[in-house]
Amino acid sequence: MKTGKRRERIDRGIKVRSDGLYALSSWREIAYLLAPRTLLIGGFLLAPLLLLLFPYWQKVLLIVCIYALLAMAFDFLANYVGLVCLGGSFFVGVGGYGAALLNKYCGLAPFLSIPLAALLGAAFCTLLLLPCLPLRGVYFAIITLMYPLMATRIIEAFELFGGTNGMMDVAGFANPWIEQYFLVTATLLLLFGLRRLAVEDLGLVIKGIKDNDQSVRASGINITFIKAQAIFYAAFLGCFAGAYLAHVYMWAGLSMFALDFSIIPIAATVVGGGGSLMGAVLGAVLLVPLSEALRAFGPLRIVVYSLILTVVIVIKGEGLLNYLARKYSQFERWVEI
Amino acid sequence: MEIIIYGIVNSFKLILIAFGFTLVYGTSRLPNFAHGAIFVFTGFVAWIMMHKLNLPFLPAAVLALASAALVGVVIYQFILKRIRGMSMNEIIATYAIGVALIETFRWLGFKGTTFTLPVLREGVVFIADVPVDYQRLLVVAIGIVMLAAVWAFTKFTRTGLALRGIAQDERAAMMLGIDADMTGTLAMALGSALSGLAALMLFPLGSIVVEAGYNTLVFALAVCIVGGIGSWGGTIMAAFVLGFLQVITVTYLATHFQMVVTLAAIIATLIIRPSGFFGKHKELEERV
Repeated sequence: MKTGKRRERIDRGIKVRSDGLYALSSWREIAYLLAPRTLLIGGFLLAPLLLLLFPYWQKVLLIVCIYALLAMAFDFLANYVGLVCLGGSFFVGVGGYGAALLNKYCGLAPFLSIPLAALLGAAFCTLLLLPCLPLRGVYFAIITLMYPLMATRIIEAFELFGGTNGMMDVAGFANPWIEQYFLVTATLLLLFGLRRLAVEDLGLVIKGIKDNDQSVRASGINITFIKAQAIFYAAFLGCFAGAYLAHVYMWAGLSMFALDFSIIPIAATVVGGGGSLMGAVLGAVLLVPLSEALRAFGPLRIVVYSLILTVVIVIKGEGLLNYLARKYSQFERWVEI
Repeated sequence: MEIIIYGIVNSFKLILIAFGFTLVYGTSRLPNFAHGAIFVFTGFVAWIMMHKLNLPFLPAAVLALASAALVGVVIYQFILKRIRGMSMNEIIATYAIGVALIETFRWLGFKGTTFTLPVLREGVVFIADVPVDYQRLLVVAIGIVMLAAVWAFTKFTRTGLALRGIAQDERAAMMLGIDADMTGTLAMALGSALSGLAALMLFPLGSIVVEAGYNTLVFALAVCIVGGIGSWGGTIMAAFVLGFLQVITVTYLATHFQMVVTLAAIIATLIIRPSGFFGKHKELEERV
């Protein structure tokens, strides 16, 4: 009989040793744990300095952060809550218009209007999505796809908030450094905050809802309320991104509801690998500069994007980060059967 | 009177647009979000055949339909086959392919309103003093013929019965020797060809624009959701409800409210009855 071989994956020793919280006994183990996180945090904090010579790419960094926030929101909803939301741009639009309104009519400075718009916008989105919460799967996806389209058409039809022209003259940031670091720090804080949330009690209940909502319900937990909270957090990220964008562009308009804000975060999550929020950020870091580089080609950009998305889904469904994480913490060898 | 006649015509437009989508979903549980893209694709292929290769309309139309079916087959064989059963990935992948297809045409320079397909026969008839041109009558006629043909195909031919078998109970059908991949490919080919047929019928009424791809998808989704995804009777009923609703909106309000009404219908249906107003017994598994 022919003997076959099969690949075996085993956790590295250092991973096993450093898994236990109390057993960190050497610098090597500490470094093993800290290296990926330091790379991410340090990378994000240093990026504005490193890009000092390339003002254009500093702007791109802002866009990276915006899309990272949106991708985190998508990843959180899809892989933690089990709600696939194809309407990320709805959050952006609501946040953007909210910030513009607060800034123009209440005279709030960006530092007040952005958090306030994020909070109010998130509450607004949660309220609007409340009736759809019993839905799941394809149905939730379709309905969320409809919300931004609907918002565009309503604004167009009723000529709300400047109609198709949008709202001009939103206050910008006085200092480019503040502009950069405000967003970068906020992105990092929200990223780690959301990861922390996912392992808190609420996060565990949310995971339970994703796996088996009926049994969570049978335990006497109001699942609609929990889901509404999850939507609120995701919408907060989206609205924050939108509000920020309104102040960077000094404008809020219909293109904030555009498909880009729904599709690119999904692509980022798929490419980076869902389920850890880090993957979503990694995807945004990879894809947004690529899309900027392709900007000269116009519509071809979206074509390339969509093709990458399809190819990754079909060939490497797990995503880049999950692949890298496996390589980092496990080794492989061939064993005889 | 005008509302009734144009309502009927509009309803058949929606039937043509939506039937391919509902056929694919109804027989293979594949959400083909590239539906709108194939619609536009067929239109442009027909145009290219006519204006670059100087073919007359009919052969160009046949070739365009064949290429639409081919696109459906390719999408199934290379993409859907590998991710079947993961419904979210199916949606994202087909939608991405659709966007890629549409935007490729935009990139190639097919924009503006200069691209038109000819009508089969010029002329206007008066039905109860309302002028209706031949192309619109043709839409109704083709719609009826298509419904009858699909009905006969799925009721009386072995392949059609196999499609329905897979739709009803995939495991039992596979035990009887029906190949799920074969029916999937077939359903995608048929659905895409139907989408192409809709394109060839409807584009002569206006001009071929890339944005039609997105609108078509929304209309198809609207009809299918209101009627209950995968339910054929429901699709036809919903096409009539939405068709008249749109015509009434356009007559009494304004054209750009048409989309608002359609989208509102989708959202309202999903909130009130996710399985559609004419869908059957799926309430429990879809709602929590």
